[in-house]
Amino acid sequence: MRLNRRTSATVAGAALVGLALTACGGGGDDGGGGTDETGGGDASEVEVFTWWAAGSEKAGLDALVGVFEEQHPDTEFVNGAVAGGAGSAAKDLLQTRLQAQDPPDTFQAHAGAELQDYIDAAQIEDVSDLYDEFGLTDAFPADLVDRLSTEDGAIYSIPSNIHRANVVWANPTVLEDNGVDPEATYDDLDAWMADLDKLQDAGVTPLSVATTWTQVHLLETVLLADLGAEAYSGLWDGSTDWEGSEVTAALEDFEQLMGYTNSDRDGLDWPEATQMVIDGQAAFNVMGDWAVAAFEEQDKKPGDDYTYFPVPGSDGTFDFLADSFTLPVGAPHPGGAKAWLETVGSAEGQEAFNKAKGSIPARTDVDMSTFGEYQQSAAEAFGSDTIVSSLAHGAAAPVATLNAISDATSKFTTGASDLAAYQSELAAAAQG
Amino acid sequence: MLKSLRRAGPPLLMLLPSLILVGVFVYGLIGVNFSTSVTDNHTAAQATGQEPSSVVWFSNYLDLLGTEAFQHSLLNLVLFTVTFLVGTMLMGFGWAWLLDRPIRGEGFFRSIYLFPMAVSFVASGVVWRWLLNSNQGESASGLNRLFQMIGLDFLQNNWWNNVTFGILAIAIPAIWQLSGYVMALFLAGFRGIPEELREAARMDGASEWKLYRHVLFPQLSPIALSALIIIGHMSLKSFDLIMSISKPANYQTKVPAVDMFVFKSSFDYANAAAVGAILLIIVAVVIVPYLVHSNRSEKR
Repeated sequence: MRLNRRTSATVAGAALVGLALTACGGGGDDGGGGTDETGGGDASEVEVFTWWAAGSEKAGLDALVGVFEEQHPDTEFVNGAVAGGAGSAAKDLLQTRLQAQDPPDTFQAHAGAELQDYIDAAQIEDVSDLYDEFGLTDAFPADLVDRLSTEDGAIYSIPSNIHRANVVWANPTVLEDNGVDPEATYDDLDAWMADLDKLQDAGVTPLSVATTWTQVHLLETVLLADLGAEAYSGLWDGSTDWEGSEVTAALEDFEQLMGYTNSDRDGLDWPEATQMVIDGQAAFNVMGDWAVAAFEEQDKKPGDDYTYFPVPGSDGTFDFLADSFTLPVGAPHPGGAKAWLETVGSAEGQEAFNKAKGSIPARTDVDMSTFGEYQQSAAEAFGSDTIVSSLAHGAAAPVATLNAISDATSKFTTGASDLAAYQSELAAAAQG
Repeated sequence: MLKSLRRAGPPLLMLLPSLILVGVFVYGLIGVNFSTSVTDNHTAAQATGQEPSSVVWFSNYLDLLGTEAFQHSLLNLVLFTVTFLVGTMLMGFGWAWLLDRPIRGEGFFRSIYLFPMAVSFVASGVVWRWLLNSNQGESASGLNRLFQMIGLDFLQNNWWNNVTFGILAIAIPAIWQLSGYVMALFLAGFRGIPEELREAARMDGASEWKLYRHVLFPQLSPIALSALIIIGHMSLKSFDLIMSISKPANYQTKVPAVDMFVFKSSFDYANAAAVGAILLIIVAVVIVPYLVHSNRSEKR
């Protein structure tokens, strides 16, 4: 009995010691020895934090790493990709790491207003001097640099690729079968909706849409089409009145457009909505130009099997979103991070990455002749169109605003609020 | 003094690690959560100390409870919990009652009913999202298609996409998964009632209904209470099932746990903590009386 007690005490003691050791171990392990020369721009390695863990995104990252290893052979690339939930798992983990002051050397983020929270929290550095150093200010369109800069002229990330949000994808076979001219061009939403009416009468789904974020995506393109580029951009800096009658008219168009959509939308994500067009169950789909990969993967030919055009009324504007890389404050290997950012901004890096991912380079001096047909047309538009920031993809508004707009939109499209309530909820959301 | 220390020491040492762990990681963090919830820490800048945050006491709670959106979430939670509880209790009791009679293949049926519990909510949620597709008519799929095939077209509905009662559709998979567990509890309860009691009641001329009403049900009530508490607190915490069938932004299926997730992703830590605290209080309201009750009956 006595022995038993002593043993139990020993075991308990050992357990305690073990606990204490684990506690110490947990705190000390961050980034494997990078602390030695934090100030000196340690470039021995670079941990790149992304959510590019599968599919064309992973192919793009691999291609970019290939260029990186050529340009910076002395810096070891450490892949910090986190899979799951279209980036939400990665963002969750990133939030925790930044909070614990254990940042990766560089992380992926949507360019634009989505960075505002990190900026406010002093978690990322101004990289505008790197723009000068790498010559990016001239290589990117001036419009884009404007959109990326904060009010005091700082820029906090370097974009690796550009996507366009205001694109309509169509199935010409469905259009022809139901008496709509697949070659037709539409000047504005009203002209388009006349054809959507025809399709609805014919019994096909005129417009496919998926869950809330794709509805917000549709909303932003409608706002852009009805208000025009300048007033649309004014929504995000306060110079356009959300309560105004122009916005009311745009929301009425949005309401009408939602009336043409499939009823199971809230249970779908964008691939299923785009698939409805591919399969001929729906005529049109408004989706960002990553959708082109879905058509290409299934061996569909542009022109014959699918067509695309800017959302009617938004021709001449390029509703952009971009993935970009940052320089976190207190990165263990800032030298490595700068090397990575240089590759991300370089013409070789942008060409390799975007060819594999299916997007277009942010630089206008990349030779586009080896890119796909859609990408060539998008790059041309990107060089000449007015560039505006996408709402649904973090370029136009901070996360909290986007979440509030998403909530209001879901409430409206499920029928729980009327247009007037929706408009005032949007106005409140934009005010923050 | 020394003697009592000697007697209490080793057990205390044994308990100490778990006490410390529970103290820090459960009660300590609950404390941190409460202290965050009474601040105005609504932005990333405040969370990292770049901008000051101050204590605002209960104004976060009052603001939250005052918004229509959060009231909608709470109402959804109540609807979900009531349906989930009633559904699992009725199904679970029914199955246990059927299996309690000596029938052939009891073990087989028991496993069949219990199996859904082995599936994770996320996995079953993905399947149920397809089954509960809200399309009707020509493009219907899932259960709506099944209804068409067996000629019950009038049963077609938009499931979880109904604004007010959509959340009830999500209770269906939850009931499907947990009924077997409630059945197992009730079955154990039935088996725990000595055969002599039934025989004695029958000898005294009790009808079958009276036998249940006055002999079996009273014996089963502790089991029923346990089942209610277990299912009830699971229901209040439901998040994964709802997230894998619906999406966090979908208004029709919002519950407080989803709100908490959305607040956290917007860097609004104070409101996220306040929603968490409200959930904890609701769960405590359900569980604490039960703990007090069972503590008393143990002492007796």
